[in-house]
Amino acid sequence: MTTTDPSTRDDVVSVRMPARGLAHDLRAIKVVLHREMLRFVNDRTRMLSMLIQPVLWLFVMGTGLGTLVRGSIPGVDYRTFMYPGMISMTVIMTAMFSAGSIVWDREFGFLREMLVAPVSRGSIVVGKCLGGAVVAVGQGVVILAMAGLVGVPYSPGLMVTLLAEMFLAAFTITAFGVTLAARMRNMQTFFGLMQMAIMPMMFLSGAMFPLANLPSWLHVLTTVNPLTYAVDPMRQAVFSHLSVPAQAQAVLNPGVRWFDWQVPVPVELGLIALIGLTLLGLAVAQFRKAE
Amino acid sequence: MSAVTVKDLTKTYGKVEAVKGIDFEVRSGEVFGFLGPNGAGKTTTISMLCTLVNPTGGSATVAGHDVVRERDQVRQNIGLVFQDPTLDGYLTAEQNLRFHAELYGVPKPLVAGRIQQVMEMVALWDRKDAKVMTFSGGMKRRLEIARGLLHSPRVLFLDEPTVGLDPQTRAAIWGYINKLRHREDITIFMTTHYMDEAEYCDRIAIIDHGEIVVIDSPEALKASVGKDRVQIHTGDDDTAITALSERFGIEAAVHEGAVTFAVASGEEFVPRLFAELGLPIRAVSVSRPSLDDVFMSYTGSTIRDAESGTGNEWMKAMVRR
Repeated sequence: MTTTDPSTRDDVVSVRMPARGLAHDLRAIKVVLHREMLRFVNDRTRMLSMLIQPVLWLFVMGTGLGTLVRGSIPGVDYRTFMYPGMISMTVIMTAMFSAGSIVWDREFGFLREMLVAPVSRGSIVVGKCLGGAVVAVGQGVVILAMAGLVGVPYSPGLMVTLLAEMFLAAFTITAFGVTLAARMRNMQTFFGLMQMAIMPMMFLSGAMFPLANLPSWLHVLTTVNPLTYAVDPMRQAVFSHLSVPAQAQAVLNPGVRWFDWQVPVPVELGLIALIGLTLLGLAVAQFRKAE
Repeated sequence: MSAVTVKDLTKTYGKVEAVKGIDFEVRSGEVFGFLGPNGAGKTTTISMLCTLVNPTGGSATVAGHDVVRERDQVRQNIGLVFQDPTLDGYLTAEQNLRFHAELYGVPKPLVAGRIQQVMEMVALWDRKDAKVMTFSGGMKRRLEIARGLLHSPRVLFLDEPTVGLDPQTRAAIWGYINKLRHREDITIFMTTHYMDEAEYCDRIAIIDHGEIVVIDSPEALKASVGKDRVQIHTGDDDTAITALSERFGIEAAVHEGAVTFAVASGEEFVPRLFAELGLPIRAVSVSRPSLDDVFMSYTGSTIRDAESGTGNEWMKAMVRR
C-alpha cells in the first residue's frame, strides 16, 4: 500500500474548523436542546403518559376530594385549587424524565459522543437543562389549555406569568436531575432515587393540599422544601385572577411565611433561580470530574 | 510532519502499569495498526491519544497538538470510532450526523454537502431518513465511520473497527477504509486483534504487556521472522533430502508427508530447485510467514493464547468511564 498522490484525489470538500469560541458553544447548546425536542416529539407514548397522570389527578382525584371538602372552602372549586399544583407536578415529572435521559445516553453510549466533542462540558449540561425546561413547558401548555375546565380564566397576563414560572421551575428541576444523573450508570437506580427524592418533595410542596394551619413539624418541612417556592408563585398567580372570598383565600392560598415575614413572589422566584444556577454549576463540575 | 508522536507515554491504574513508557511515531498519511491481545494496553493508549484519559507520565502530540495541554484542538482534529456504538438509535442517520456537525462546529454552508458526501462514501445515503435503531451492526459501524470523518479530521482513530462483524461486512468496512485514504488527506490509527486485518496497514506496532515489542511494515516484520517455508512432493524423499543438502546446503526434513525446508525467498528459489535438484518434483508449495508467525515470534504466544491470559484493561476502562 502506498500513500496516494494528492493530485489523484477526488475533489474533496475539505472542512477546516474555525477557532472555538462563544459562538461554537452556543451552537452546541442549541443542538443538544434540539435533540431533546426531537426525542420528545418522536416519543408519543411518553407524551401521552405524562398527560394522563395530571388529568387523572385533576379530574378524578380532584372531583372526588372536592365533594368531601366542599363545605370548608365556600365559593371555590377544589379543582381550581389543585390546578396550579398539577401544572407544577407535570412540569416536575417531565423535567425529571428529561434529566434521566442522560443516564439513558450513557447506557447506550451516546453520552460519549457528546463528551469527546471539542465543546465545553458546560454547554452540554446547559443544553440538557434548557431542553428539559422547554419540553416541560410544552407539556405544561397542554395543562394550561384546560384552565377553562376548572374555572381559571384564560387571561394573557396569567398565561405568560405561568409559562415563565413553569420554565424556571423546570430548568431548576432538570438541573437537579442532571446533578443526580451525572454519576449514575443505570436507569433503574436513577428512577428509584428520583422517586425517593421527588415524591416527598411533591407532597410537601403544597401541590395537593394547602399549606395553612399545618402542625408545626409539617410546616417546617414545607418551608425548607425548595419545591414549595416553585409551586407557590403559580398558585399566587392563579388566585390573583380569581374572585375568591377572603376566608377561602386565607385557607387555600396562604403563601409562605418565614417566621412572621410573608415571602414575596419575586423572592421565591429568585430563590428557585439561585438553586437552579447552583445545581447547574454542580452538574457541570460533576461532568468535568467524571472524565 | 508526523501525525502522532508519542514519547515515554505511561499510564498506571493503582499498581497496575497498563502502558509502560512507550515511544512511537505515526507518519502523516499512513494507516498505522496497533496490534495486540486484549489487555495489552491498546485501548488505554488510544484513549490517551484521544484525550479521554490523562497519561500518568510522558507526552503525546496528535496532529501537532499536545493531548493534555491542547485538548480541544486535538479533539477538533481527530475522528473517533469506538468499539461500542455511540449513536442515538431514536434519531435518523442524518440527524445523528447533523448533531455531530453542530457539536464539531462544521461551517453551516458546508454541513449538508459534507453529510451527503460521507454517507455516500459508506453507501448509506439512501437510508438517511431511517432511524438508526433499525440498522444492522455493520451499517451502524459504517455510519460511525462516516460520522468520524464528517469534520474532516486529520487523524481517524478506529478502535477495533470490525470486531463482532461478519466476514462480508468486515471486508466491506475495509473497502471503505481503503477508499477513504485515497479520497481524504487523512492518517488512520487503528487497533485490531485480527491478524489478517493487520495486513492492510502500512506499518504495525505490536504491543504486549504495556510495551511496544516491535514496529515495522507487515512485509518487513514477516521478513524479520525469517524464511519462507517450501514443501515438495517427490517420488523419493530420502534422495531429495540428500540432494538438497549436497547441492544447496539446505537442511530438510519430512513434515506432513512432504519434504520441508526454509529458504530466504521461496518464490525465487523454486526455479533453481527445478533446474538443479536432478529429481522429478510432483508438487511444490511455498508459504510466506504470516503475521501470526510474527506475533508468535515476538511475544512467544499466539494472539489467541495471549487473550486468554490475565488483565482486562477494557473492562477497567469501562468502569472508570
